Amino acid sequence: MSLNGKDVEEIMTLLEASHFDRLILEMDGLKLELARDGSKVRSSLPVPVSSTSTAPSPAPTPPVSSAGRGSEDGLVEVRSPLLGVFYRAPKPGEPPFIEVGDRVEEETVIGIIEVMKLMNSARAGVSGEVVEIVGTNGEMVEHGEVLVLVRPGG
Amino acid sequence: MTIRRIFIANRGEIACRIIRSCDALGVETVLGVSEADRHSLGTKLASRTVCLGPAPSAKSYLQLETVMQAAISTGCDAIHPGYGFLSERADLARMCEEEGILFIGPTASQIDAVGDKLRARTEAQAANVPVVPGGPVESREDAKILAEEVGLPLLVKAVGGGGGRGMKLVEKAEELHDIIDMASAEAGAAFGDSRIYLERYVAKGRHVEVQLLGDGKGHVIHCGERDCSVQRRYQKLIEESPAPHLPDDLRENMLAAACRFAARLDYRGAGTVEFLYDVDRREFYFLEMNARIQVEHPVTEEVTGIDLIAEQIAIANGEGLRFGQSDIRFTGHAMECRINAEDPEENFMPSPGIVQSVQWPAGEGIRVDTHIVNGAQIPPFYDSMIAKIVAHGPDRQTALARLRDALMQTHIEGVATNCRLQTEILADPAFIKGGVNTSFLAELLTERKEMA
Repeated sequence: MSLNGKDVEEIMTLLEASHFDRLILEMDGLKLELARDGSKVRSSLPVPVSSTSTAPSPAPTPPVSSAGRGSEDGLVEVRSPLLGVFYRAPKPGEPPFIEVGDRVEEETVIGIIEVMKLMNSARAGVSGEVVEIVGTNGEMVEHGEVLVLVRPGG
Repeated sequence: MTIRRIFIANRGEIACRIIRSCDALGVETVLGVSEADRHSLGTKLASRTVCLGPAPSAKSYLQLETVMQAAISTGCDAIHPGYGFLSERADLARMCEEEGILFIGPTASQIDAVGDKLRARTEAQAANVPVVPGGPVESREDAKILAEEVGLPLLVKAVGGGGGRGMKLVEKAEELHDIIDMASAEAGAAFGDSRIYLERYVAKGRHVEVQLLGDGKGHVIHCGERDCSVQRRYQKLIEESPAPHLPDDLRENMLAAACRFAARLDYRGAGTVEFLYDVDRREFYFLEMNARIQVEHPVTEEVTGIDLIAEQIAIANGEGLRFGQSDIRFTGHAMECRINAEDPEENFMPSPGIVQSVQWPAGEGIRVDTHIVNGAQIPPFYDSMIAKIVAHGPDRQTALARLRDALMQTHIEGVATNCRLQTEILADPAFIKGGVNTSFLAELLTERKEMA
């Protein structure tokens, strides 16, 4: 199995759409390293790629080990209550529920998780200021995956 | 359509088993796990793992919509349900049909046809497959007439029951009415279905089942039978193939009957028809059909050399049956012990926990299907089966000796297991002779208790 130009292009698109800044892929003696231009590289978070993986195009979001990130900065990780497709806005074209810098309360809806056409509201569960929106609109999030980082208080 | 990526909607040893076949076929795997299984062996073997939900099965492995969404969002073109959990849920098969994802199993309507006991019984009769004398009862009068035909003792069974649940024994004619009323009321409360039926009680019965493969177009072949008579409360503990001391003509009739049953349904995929063999009458009766891969499938694989999971995938992929009946060669004898994390000395209390160290057996003819490695966690939320140790040999005696050696080589620290009990069963003279019936283990356990 080898990578062609189209594969690399595809992987770049995946990286673009993801919340990762850097991707290192090693397979069959080939090493591909991609980094977002001008990114503030969080070197502790490369995409883990299993050496036994047979995937020609590695799946975009392996579970993120974000332990430490929240506590380090005093940020609270708002996690997805279930597996589904994450939407930032109530409908396509409408403004997102929240943006970076917004203030949220515990009951504030931060997004929608769709499971087979059933829409579930995800709530902040904490009050404070939105620092980062980690989840990608229209992408699957796992149960327990971080959606948003909030600086609590206020 | 060619399957490139399979979503595995299961856990434990069967998840690992399915991944093994997928790896051999060059098919990618996405494993859906609960929070409790995030670090299980399967997650290390799968191409990708996604977390479906919290530890309790009802919130993760049994969440049909979540499983479906996960399969779609991870770009899988097929779902393998394994056994248990969603494996015999017609609505999953139906949803797959609607979403254009291949369900590695039978069609939704085939699952429906065999899922309802009374309907399956009617299907069996229509296929000229013998059923246990008896039938549904709707009134006390029905019951009286039927009971006279069937003879006593007999069993009153709930249509919605199974695995020994919702079953009552009637020994005297005067008890019949009361027991029927009670059974019907209990079935309504327990299963939401108050329908009941009567069946002849078979005093000495053996559980013999036939492994089938169907192409979905009416062609069905069998891969021999398995004897699963060593059971405790309807839970199988030891399985073997072929069934020892089964008269040849009877075996042939049973294999043909199973094929007939499935062919009539145009059955697709791997399935098993279970029979009750009445030892005294030398008759066999249809019990039910399991529309999935079964726990004990390895004994069949060992004697036939067929990878049943790979055949399931090939059939789902539209390749049909890749060999005919006459291509299947049966070699020797295979026997399997289920290793459960439970304590036979404490009334089989489940023993979840962390496996500090484990040593699995190896050697000629030995196969171990397990997800347990050093440090593995056995969460309290799921079935207690942690491994299947399988021995194959040119004959039953050799297979049995190899299995006994294999159990001696097995060391599991950290949780209680039934290893020692299994060793004792394998050393029992009646078991060594072969062909024990389903009350064998209960009797052995009673004796054992008295000796202690």
